Amino acid sequence: MNEINLIHYLTLGAIIFTIGIVGIFLNRKNLIVILMSIELLLLAVNINLVSFSIFLNDLNGQIFTLFILTVAAAEAAIGLAIIVVYYRNSGTIRVQEIDSLKG
Amino acid sequence: MANIIFILPEIFISLSAMFLLIFGVFKKNSSATVYILAIITLIISLILIINSQTNHEIYLFNNSYKIDQLSNLMKIIAIISGIFFMLSSYDYTKLTNLSNVEYSTLILCSILGMLVMISSYDLIVFYIGLELQSLPLYVLAAFNRNKIQSSEAGLKYFVLSALSSGILLYGCSLLYGFSGSTNFYTISQNIYSHETKNVFGLVFILVGLAFKISAVPFHMWAPDVYEGSPTSVTLFFAMVPKVAALTVFIRFLYVPFVNLIDQWQAIIIFLSLSSMIFGAVAAIGQKNLKRLIAYSSIGHMGYALAGLAVGTNSGIQNSIIYICIYLIMNLGIFCCLFMMKRNGKFFDNLEDLSGLSKNHPVISLSLLILLFSLAGIPPMAGFFAKFYVFMSVIEKSMYFLAIVGLISTVVSAFYYLKIIKIIYFDEPKEKYDNVNFIGVKISLTLSTLLILLYFVYPSGLINLISKINII
Repeated sequence: MNEINLIHYLTLGAIIFTIGIVGIFLNRKNLIVILMSIELLLLAVNINLVSFSIFLNDLNGQIFTLFILTVAAAEAAIGLAIIVVYYRNSGTIRVQEIDSLKG
Repeated sequence: MANIIFILPEIFISLSAMFLLIFGVFKKNSSATVYILAIITLIISLILIINSQTNHEIYLFNNSYKIDQLSNLMKIIAIISGIFFMLSSYDYTKLTNLSNVEYSTLILCSILGMLVMISSYDLIVFYIGLELQSLPLYVLAAFNRNKIQSSEAGLKYFVLSALSSGILLYGCSLLYGFSGSTNFYTISQNIYSHETKNVFGLVFILVGLAFKISAVPFHMWAPDVYEGSPTSVTLFFAMVPKVAALTVFIRFLYVPFVNLIDQWQAIIIFLSLSSMIFGAVAAIGQKNLKRLIAYSSIGHMGYALAGLAVGTNSGIQNSIIYICIYLIMNLGIFCCLFMMKRNGKFFDNLEDLSGLSKNHPVISLSLLILLFSLAGIPPMAGFFAKFYVFMSVIEKSMYFLAIVGLISTVVSAFYYLKIIKIIYFDEPKEKYDNVNFIGVKISLTLSTLLILLYFVYPSGLINLISKINII
């Protein structure tokens, strides 16, 4: 068996990142899915940072990860709050019905 | 510990934001007091920054925080524009029931994030500053909770901005991995070790930053968010974050990526060209004034980026001058919007301006001056701003960029002049209320006079900015 090295971790990170991006752009149904995709983006970054940090023997990456986790939590909270406010006004969170502003 | 004086403004703003939040909880109906206290906080932190001016470069917290001429000056510009923003939107927020305790506190937090961003010299600090700036902005965009447009603007801004932070972070992680450090200077030293891989990081980071200053092709959030948010928040979007984002652009391009100039120059030129053209063309058919300002801000960001693309000190200085003058013009335009009130309702459509000159000659005259300046007609300040940028572009013989820029200036003059035609030659509508907003009047007078009389003493601003030498 080959050993798992940096490339494998980076590939995993890239795949998760791509899933996140595609999830935001292809999703036409539900806003909650977009919120989950944003979390995926940040988690992909965390995988990247932790694996780099281990292979570089440098702690900075893991500290960065801790900061990102905290900020991601705050961001999810604010995102959910905005979605709740939007739902109260429009009665829907379907993505294709968000079109009162355009031009 | 002697260096603590240089971070005192940030500490002061964060402490007073926390204090104001607690104060607002314990004292009922204190929103007006908190608003004024927030303005005083900004004034005191401005004094603290001016007080800690230095000619040296100071590094704090293990080289992760840098105080130099650029950061000092940009912080001063950001805080001054923050003060004028709060002064001019005071009456608007009061009349539209926006002025809660949270409103002022969120603005303070956002400005704090911008200050951190401006001084950051490390990827981690930069990221924290960026998020501290954007998280309050999401809430502010959705602040008018009972209007569907406002909450939709907040929603769109949240999704797209979070996406852009994700992309930017991915770039940061690649940059960290392939250069082995999060410090800007160390990154610039190690950038050659994996040059092609670092270019990936560079591209991701530039995409994220272009989102933040709404450069084409990453502009799609700007028109919707500008139109949907409450007008005072739109003014904030149009003024203060641009300063911080431009500074970060300068920092990233000229510290960690300075050795990759061949790679990023083409990207910046592309962003600049497409923003200028798109900003000029797309604004033509707009009916809503705030939406039109959003498109024009996209165009103006294109001109500011043109200065950065040059890669010389004069280019950087000229794009900072551009952004200063642009801020003043924006402030004036929005002050006019704050005065268009009839029966407790504010108007922001183009047709509401029709025949304004018959009933409100003073507002119309200032709008005329500001719009001429935005269109770049001499002798207003907007002309000089564009002139400086294109001078430094031509000095490096980038003629294509200069020619396209001038053409799009002419195209965009069309819709600015169309607004002037609507104001002066169309059928007058009902009169607007005679408002007595002191803050708005002061800001409008100051900004109009500055724009009109800039040509009398241009060297003041130029001398101030010429202290910034990055390269």
